[in-house]
Amino acid sequence: MFQHTRLNSDQNFFQKVKNLDYILLLSILILSTLSLFVMYSTDGGELLYHTKSHFIKLSVFFALMLLISFFNIKFWHLSSYFLYGIIILLLIWVSIYGIKVSGSQRWMNLYFLALQPSELMKIGIILCLAKYYHRVSVEKVNSFNSIFFALTIILIPIILVVSQPDLGTSILIASSGLIILWLGGVKIKYFFFSFITFLISLPFIISNLQPYQKLRILTFLDPDRDPLGAGYQIIQSKIAIGSGGFSGKGFLQGTQSYLDFLPEKHTDFIFTLFSEEFGFIGSIGLLLLYLIIIIRIIRIGVISRSSFAKLFCFGFAFSIFIYITVNLSMVLGLLPIVGSPLPIMSYGGSSMLATMIGFGIVLSAKVHSKQAIA
Amino acid sequence: MIKDNFGIRKSDIINRRMFIIGAAKLIIFGGIIARLFSLQINDNKKYLTLSDKNRIREWKLPPTRGNIVDYFGNIIAGNLKIYQLHVIPEQVENFNYLISRLKVILQLSNTRVERIKKKKTQLKPWESLIISENLSWDEFSKINNYLYELAGVKPVMTISRDYPFNDIYTHVLGYVSQPNEDDILANEIIQEKFVPGIKVGKLGLEKTLENDLIGINDIQRYEVNAYGKRINQLEYQKGKQGSKIRITLDTEVQKLSAELMKGMAGSISVMDIYTGEIIAMYSSPSYNPNSFLFGISEDEWQLIRNNPLKPLINKTLSGLYSPGSTLKPIVALSALENGIMDTNFKVQCKGKMELHGQTFHCWKEKGHGWMSLNNAMKQSCDTYFYEIARKLGVDKLKVTADKFGLGKKVLGEYFENEKAGQFPDTRWKINEIGKGWVLGETLITGIGQGYTQTTPIQLCLMTAQIANGGYKIKPKILTDDNQLTSEQVKKAMKDNNLYNSHIPLFNDQKNIKIIQEAMFSSTNELRGTSYKSRIDDPKYQFAGKTGTAQVKRISKRERELDLKIFQIPYEERDHALYIAFGPYKNPRYALSIIVEHGGSGSSAAAPMATKLFKLIVDRHQYRKKLPDYKEFNI
Repeated sequence: MFQHTRLNSDQNFFQKVKNLDYILLLSILILSTLSLFVMYSTDGGELLYHTKSHFIKLSVFFALMLLISFFNIKFWHLSSYFLYGIIILLLIWVSIYGIKVSGSQRWMNLYFLALQPSELMKIGIILCLAKYYHRVSVEKVNSFNSIFFALTIILIPIILVVSQPDLGTSILIASSGLIILWLGGVKIKYFFFSFITFLISLPFIISNLQPYQKLRILTFLDPDRDPLGAGYQIIQSKIAIGSGGFSGKGFLQGTQSYLDFLPEKHTDFIFTLFSEEFGFIGSIGLLLLYLIIIIRIIRIGVISRSSFAKLFCFGFAFSIFIYITVNLSMVLGLLPIVGSPLPIMSYGGSSMLATMIGFGIVLSAKVHSKQAIA
Repeated sequence: MIKDNFGIRKSDIINRRMFIIGAAKLIIFGGIIARLFSLQINDNKKYLTLSDKNRIREWKLPPTRGNIVDYFGNIIAGNLKIYQLHVIPEQVENFNYLISRLKVILQLSNTRVERIKKKKTQLKPWESLIISENLSWDEFSKINNYLYELAGVKPVMTISRDYPFNDIYTHVLGYVSQPNEDDILANEIIQEKFVPGIKVGKLGLEKTLENDLIGINDIQRYEVNAYGKRINQLEYQKGKQGSKIRITLDTEVQKLSAELMKGMAGSISVMDIYTGEIIAMYSSPSYNPNSFLFGISEDEWQLIRNNPLKPLINKTLSGLYSPGSTLKPIVALSALENGIMDTNFKVQCKGKMELHGQTFHCWKEKGHGWMSLNNAMKQSCDTYFYEIARKLGVDKLKVTADKFGLGKKVLGEYFENEKAGQFPDTRWKINEIGKGWVLGETLITGIGQGYTQTTPIQLCLMTAQIANGGYKIKPKILTDDNQLTSEQVKKAMKDNNLYNSHIPLFNDQKNIKIIQEAMFSSTNELRGTSYKSRIDDPKYQFAGKTGTAQVKRISKRERELDLKIFQIPYEERDHALYIAFGPYKNPRYALSIIVEHGGSGSSAAAPMATKLFKLIVDRHQYRKKLPDYKEFNI
């Protein structure tokens, strides 16, 4: 009847270690190792800056993930709103003092890392809404106040991120947020009506887009429109993937990337290089690895006792899935180009940090799966 | 407990909704896998090709032009290894310093340096910048001494056209230079083989036979990166040198012609009277085709262009001259053929002839007295020819002149700048000038003045066809063993052998003999106009006819003054002409000589024939000794 509110659980350190999800950990390790090899290939087969930096970040963030996993899930529940608030403050800080790179102001310089708070918000929004829906009673989920509150939580970071401007990340944040609303039990008809409203207002949205964003959509619809300009990335990416064939050109043999035909091969287009060198088989393997990770996260959600843990795990699993889908669809020419990294594989500290924190909280949920939260 | 109940219900909702999402995830992953399959498995070939197209780039190198050799196989247009100096800007630390060093070492002019700097801005940093297209050996060795301190400088060996005999063949061969837009547009083969640095024929045989001479490019296949920079060489495909071309000219005779014409404007042509092979064809003055290879300097170009002797005109083919008395053999032949007169026919020359109140002068003021055909040819009596021309009429004369090739292009298939000239008749004058023919004009035409315009090569052909007994020949400049692709040239070569020595140009061969004899008298008998230039040795003995073509009408006052040649301004002096064939006993070669503003044919032109025949006849034995065409290894 009486619930403990102590933050430290009754498990000792060794019990916690024993309770970690080793299949998930192993998958993450394999993915990390793979990402190092791919990064090595983007550096032209030499141990250069990107590979070294990626390795250091992986090591540090992997350790951070383990550290996070030893904190009781209750701690994360308790600090959810606080973390959300911190990230909102960071976003505001960035919008005033942030570093401007090629027209958008997204980064804050932490000297060892150019931190992109919008990436952290991908996790922050899940934490915050998971806590909210954990607390709100089922009857009240569909009340006006409740939905209004949830939407406000989503909208504040969206507005800040869109104004950076960074449409891609804001869409990902919005979808991470909305999925919690869905999981929390918001009526299906609301989603349905919102979707209809979205479709109707689409022309207005498009007319308010930045010129480069419109160009991206046009280019997506017809990449050959301007093969050396805006369509270049999509065309070259498709050439690279397509020429990989069944078994790929071989490690370090990807001519498209080696000869610099691939744009942003370290970051958003890392899958293109992977797919060129390792082919269809390799790509399926990578997808399977991601699938295992997602399934393990869902499984942790299923066995978790608290709604907060469930909501976080399912929400995080979904957002991982969304990142992968958006990134792959983009490089495969199925979606317009929106800047979106491939989790763990892409070079970039903020995205990896956010993903590792997410894994950490998921592992914490696993370790403390029996933990109920009031 | 209530809370727990809610908790359970809530987790039910969460789990249920999660599985709906889970199903959607699987479908979307399936879609992505399908897309991967379509790109990597279905369209793999297409994308592999595109990827290769991306990364493999071909570089064509300038092909090596075929050699042109003379009849004896001496190279008259060949290829020379030359040294160029390239700089790769990417590898240079301080470009301005390097340029100032090179400026000192190579003594480059300021304008040249400016041009190089400008060119650098147009190139990608890894593309080689040509500092000097043709380094002399001195410069090359000097550069090599400094090479250790000149990073990014690359001496490169390449191949360039070379004309070892400098100017003597210019009007035959033409020259090569960088193609301009018109050259490229006009010729598909040049379009196909074009690379920066290629040289194409601009004139003469170099231009006409371009498609055979040009050769096939070497091709380098490189792997390149997205910026077009070469990463590594994948393949080197060797091209092929252009076809070798053998022409009928003899360099020795050509050289002598150039020597004889030194300092004078004019032309010498020599032809084999049976085969039509051209032995020499020299237009004077000439110019050095090697000057054009790397772009001629402005000064040199102005010097050539403004030379009053007009070196740029190929006088042999495009120079139009009144034939003067060299036409007389044809006038006489026409009269004989048309039965106007016979060898006994005589005309009394009183130094002039009156016709409808107009006076027609003979060159000899006192008159020649009673003249027969032989004497009239020998002394070139104008009055005699006025008389037979009058009796013959210009229309009949034109028929004969046409047969012997006057007023028609001779080598038009090979030289696009050849002129046809004209031989007038009554219809021609009405069509061209719109006035009726006047009898006085017939008289003038009879001594090769008036409207008649001939080229030196036409006169040579005419002489050859008289010398060979009156048979049509088609002059040729390429030997039969050339393997050429151009349809136009192939047809011309076929025509040569189709005509030669088969089609008679006479009604009665006796008449040809009479003309030959008259020409013999003109050279070898006392009082003949070219008697002084004769050779008595029957081995070299030749027969010829002098001509002196008036450039302007001689006024009465000038006639009275009887000025010496040096007293007349250069442009007003007569052209000196001479046509001849030899050796007389067994003729083989015909020639025509024209010295512009040289004065009289007997003093300026005929003496050259003496020297020419000595050489031509001596060379004949070497020419004969050459193995059969097929064995001559081309």
